[in-house]
Amino acid sequence: MYAYNFLILAAAMFAIGVFGVIARRNAVTVLMSIELILNSVNINLVAFALMNDTYDGHVFALFVIAIAAAEVGVGLAMVLMIYRNRRSIALDELSELRG
Amino acid sequence: MSAVVSTGSITLLAADVNVAQNVGFWVIAVPMLWGALRVVTARNVVHAALWLVIVLGGAAAQYILAAAEFVAVSQIMVYIGAVMVLFLFGIMLTRAQVGREDGLNNAGWAIGIPVGLLVFGVLAFAVFDAVGTDLIDDRAGDDKVLVSTTAISDAYLGPYLIPLIALSFVLLVAAIGAIVLARKD
Amino acid sequence: MSVFAAEAVADPGWFLENAWLIPVIPAVAFFGIIFFGKRLPRGGSELGIVSMLASLVIAAGMTLQWISHVDATHGTPVIKQWTWWQSGGLHFQLGQHIDGLAVMALILVAFISTLVQIYSTEYVRGDRRYTHFFAALTLFSAGMLTMVLAPNMVQLILGWEIMGLCSFMLIGHWWEEQANSRAALKAFFTVRVGDMGLLVGTAMLFGIFGTFDIAGINELTAAGDFESKQILMWAAIALFIACIGKSGQFPLHTWLPDAMAGPTPVSSLLHSSTMVVAGVFLVARIYPVFHVGLEINLAGQEFNLIAVIGGITVLVAAALAFVQDDIKKVLAYSTVSQLGYMMMGLGVGAWTAAVFHIFTHAFFKCCLFLCAGSISHTAAHHSFDMKKDMGGIWRKMPVTFATWMISTAALMGIPFFSGFFSKDEIIDSAKHNDYTIFYFVGIIGAFMTAAYMTRATWLTFFGTPRGGAAHFMGVESHDDHGHAAHDAHGDDAHGHDDHGHDDHGDVKHGRPLPFAPSDSPWQLTAPLIILAALAIGSGYLNAPAVGTHWFHHQTESSIGLHEAAGHGEEAAHDEAADHGEETAAHGEEAAHGPEPAEIYTVPPAPEFKWSAAAPGLGLVALGIGLSAFLSKAVFEDRRAPFAGLTRRNKLLGAGHRFLVNKLYLDALYENVIVKAIAHPISKAAYWVNQNIIDGVVNGAGRTGKDVGTWVYRNIDQKLVDGAVNASGTVASETGHALQPVQSGKVNQYGALLFGAAAVGAIVLIITNV
Repeated sequence: MYAYNFLILAAAMFAIGVFGVIARRNAVTVLMSIELILNSVNINLVAFALMNDTYDGHVFALFVIAIAAAEVGVGLAMVLMIYRNRRSIALDELSELRG
Repeated sequence: MSAVVSTGSITLLAADVNVAQNVGFWVIAVPMLWGALRVVTARNVVHAALWLVIVLGGAAAQYILAAAEFVAVSQIMVYIGAVMVLFLFGIMLTRAQVGREDGLNNAGWAIGIPVGLLVFGVLAFAVFDAVGTDLIDDRAGDDKVLVSTTAISDAYLGPYLIPLIALSFVLLVAAIGAIVLARKD
Repeated sequence: MSVFAAEAVADPGWFLENAWLIPVIPAVAFFGIIFFGKRLPRGGSELGIVSMLASLVIAAGMTLQWISHVDATHGTPVIKQWTWWQSGGLHFQLGQHIDGLAVMALILVAFISTLVQIYSTEYVRGDRRYTHFFAALTLFSAGMLTMVLAPNMVQLILGWEIMGLCSFMLIGHWWEEQANSRAALKAFFTVRVGDMGLLVGTAMLFGIFGTFDIAGINELTAAGDFESKQILMWAAIALFIACIGKSGQFPLHTWLPDAMAGPTPVSSLLHSSTMVVAGVFLVARIYPVFHVGLEINLAGQEFNLIAVIGGITVLVAAALAFVQDDIKKVLAYSTVSQLGYMMMGLGVGAWTAAVFHIFTHAFFKCCLFLCAGSISHTAAHHSFDMKKDMGGIWRKMPVTFATWMISTAALMGIPFFSGFFSKDEIIDSAKHNDYTIFYFVGIIGAFMTAAYMTRATWLTFFGTPRGGAAHFMGVESHDDHGHAAHDAHGDDAHGHDDHGHDDHGDVKHGRPLPFAPSDSPWQLTAPLIILAALAIGSGYLNAPAVGTHWFHHQTESSIGLHEAAGHGEEAAHDEAADHGEETAAHGEEAAHGPEPAEIYTVPPAPEFKWSAAAPGLGLVALGIGLSAFLSKAVFEDRRAPFAGLTRRNKLLGAGHRFLVNKLYLDALYENVIVKAIAHPISKAAYWVNQNIIDGVVNGAGRTGKDVGTWVYRNIDQKLVDGAVNASGTVASETGHALQPVQSGKVNQYGALLFGAAAVGAIVLIITNV
């Protein structure tokens, strides 16, 4: 198959994830968009491993999965905390750090 | 294992496009992309999470297609099994009302489209500039490296030992942190 | 005398060479009196008298040495100078120029100053400013002596001005009375007006001759060594204006009568014998300048400025002396008149006669003034009003009376008194030198002199005692004066009372002479006797009537001009010009032959003839007789139609008033000229000061303020502050503009982040493709 297959797919997913980060209001939805981005990265890594006949990409992809899991755990914990404090997780209401 | 799964039963010339693989790829990729789009455009957060499941499943299938079985299984176990459950827990715990429409009410969502397109454009250009219409070599053949769990674990406990230990720290810290953060005091 | 004559010509003798000490000693004494006088037992007068005596001794020695010097060298002046300043090659020097004229003046001034200082010890005894009086008197002597032996015009002017200062100080000695200080100011300013001429004239002389040196100027003028006679004439006129002021010639004579406000010693020293003759002295000193510049003795000349002014002065002053009630004013006008004689003498070319008249006049005029002081001091209760406080005192003041009579005789020109020899020679010379009008002026003046002096004498010594004199004589006063008059003299219209005496009362201090028990103390009468003796004897030094020309011989070298060939045995000495060469070419009349035509000469003195003098003498006798008769008639007997004549007759009354008001000259000077010139000038100056000068200053200030305000408003506020504010605004606006970036919204941060990353990626691609 074409080399660009995986890579274009990953690029598209990345772009969609970016759109999601920017456009979504719900904090959890933003986290989900970030998961999209991470997955696109994983696909890229695996594709490169395939193209280069190596498994270093796999190793890295596993790292990413583990880290993504950890990140989601902590992120959702934070979201829960925010929800408890403010009863809302709409990101445009959480702008205390405004300049 | 890879020889059996990846190449399938079609015999082709090395230079030819493996049509089956390509078709299989696109069959998986299209739902993935549709799912991704629905993730970012769903009005219902739970729907968005479910669509994310599809995306993640599709990614796992792509891994298998790319002869990365271990990664695929890990993906399913970790991502879909744990992360998505976690997501659902989070959604449940933070939804003020059931079925309320949140979604794309972010005031500045429109800026996302050009940025997304810009990003996609840059990446696409880079991709085509780098690889053009090259083909991925077929993995059949003995000169290919054997990608097995053993090999991956050897890599973890060999050259990537320190990242592994660091990773374990990260997971530890993340676990403790999540507990600390979510604790009700 | 032979001791001094034993020296060779080159060595004139110690006194001649150090004659410059004569003014120096009184100058030093002046400072001594100023600084130490009050602590001395006699209040400083010791210093004054001792210094004057020292000067007198030196002057006497100098005179003796000069007499032999003249015989030896034909009158070469003894000149010594020291440079005290030099600038641009011009040396300003101080020193001495001793020739016959200087010798005469020095011994005269020293002698009279000494006598007056002795007189003053008694006269101003107890005065509130006794010490300063002597200091000023000493300084005056120093000043006059400086002027008299000046070798150059600068030193002459120095001495001139010192004299003017001392005159001011002394006239205003009792300045507490405003009349006295006004008189002092009047004297000073009137003389000052003349002094402008002195400065201008000196400058012109310097311009013509290039030197201030008197000997040089005289030499060059006599030799005709100058470019323009016109300029010389104007220089002479300018210098003569100074002489008009200083010597009280008409029209600047008005200050002299008012100067009688000073104490009598001052009047006798300054304003009769010495200071007022400074102008005459100046003319005599640089006589060639005047003689050549004003063309005196030029053939056919009938008038010249000096003679005319002198002549007018003679007559005007004599006329004014008739209407004075104050004895000192009579004597003042008499002085003015005699000064007119001296000037007239110089104006007609009778140099020796005029200078000799200075000499004799000093003695008898000083004596007359001191007599007036003696009378006032002893008999008239310090008053000088003849009509109110004098009369009939001749018996009780014999010394004063005798000396007065002798001096009056000398003044009138009665034969064998000194005044006759000097005054008559002037009149004679006027006739002889073809200035006939001035001959008539002279004899008419003599008539008038005789007349007014007789009047004054009558009023003072004869007749019925009045006022203070009545008290003195111990008779009842017919006019109800006495002490009332005594007090009224405080504001005497003549304004000269010496009421500064702290001792009022008629107690005399000091001892009178033993043969005149009721007369004044000896300090007053001794000088009178000495002076009276000289009033008789001094005339014989140059008496053509008895054939002596000794004075002429001593001073002829000072004329500066050759004397035309002429008279008797003196022809051999005629050629003594200032350089005193003794070459054969300057023999007798033969020298006149080959000399060039520009050599200027003075005519020789005329031979005395009793017949020539007779008309004058006759008029004098007539004056005495007429005046005595009229005085007795008017003042004593009140006989009609003479008494009250001026009241009844309108014309005579108007003339009387005209004279009493001093010809309205004072009114003219003060009210018309001064007001018309000074007031507009001062107003204009004030206007200039307020509007132009202050205007400039204020304008500068205002301009500065306006500029400052404009700068403040436009540049400081708008430009500078604007720039500063603008920078601040820019910063804050930039911040405001960039503030939306920090919205605190995660989505936006995400957008920025990914957008920047994409851009960065593009950059990377571009640079690596």
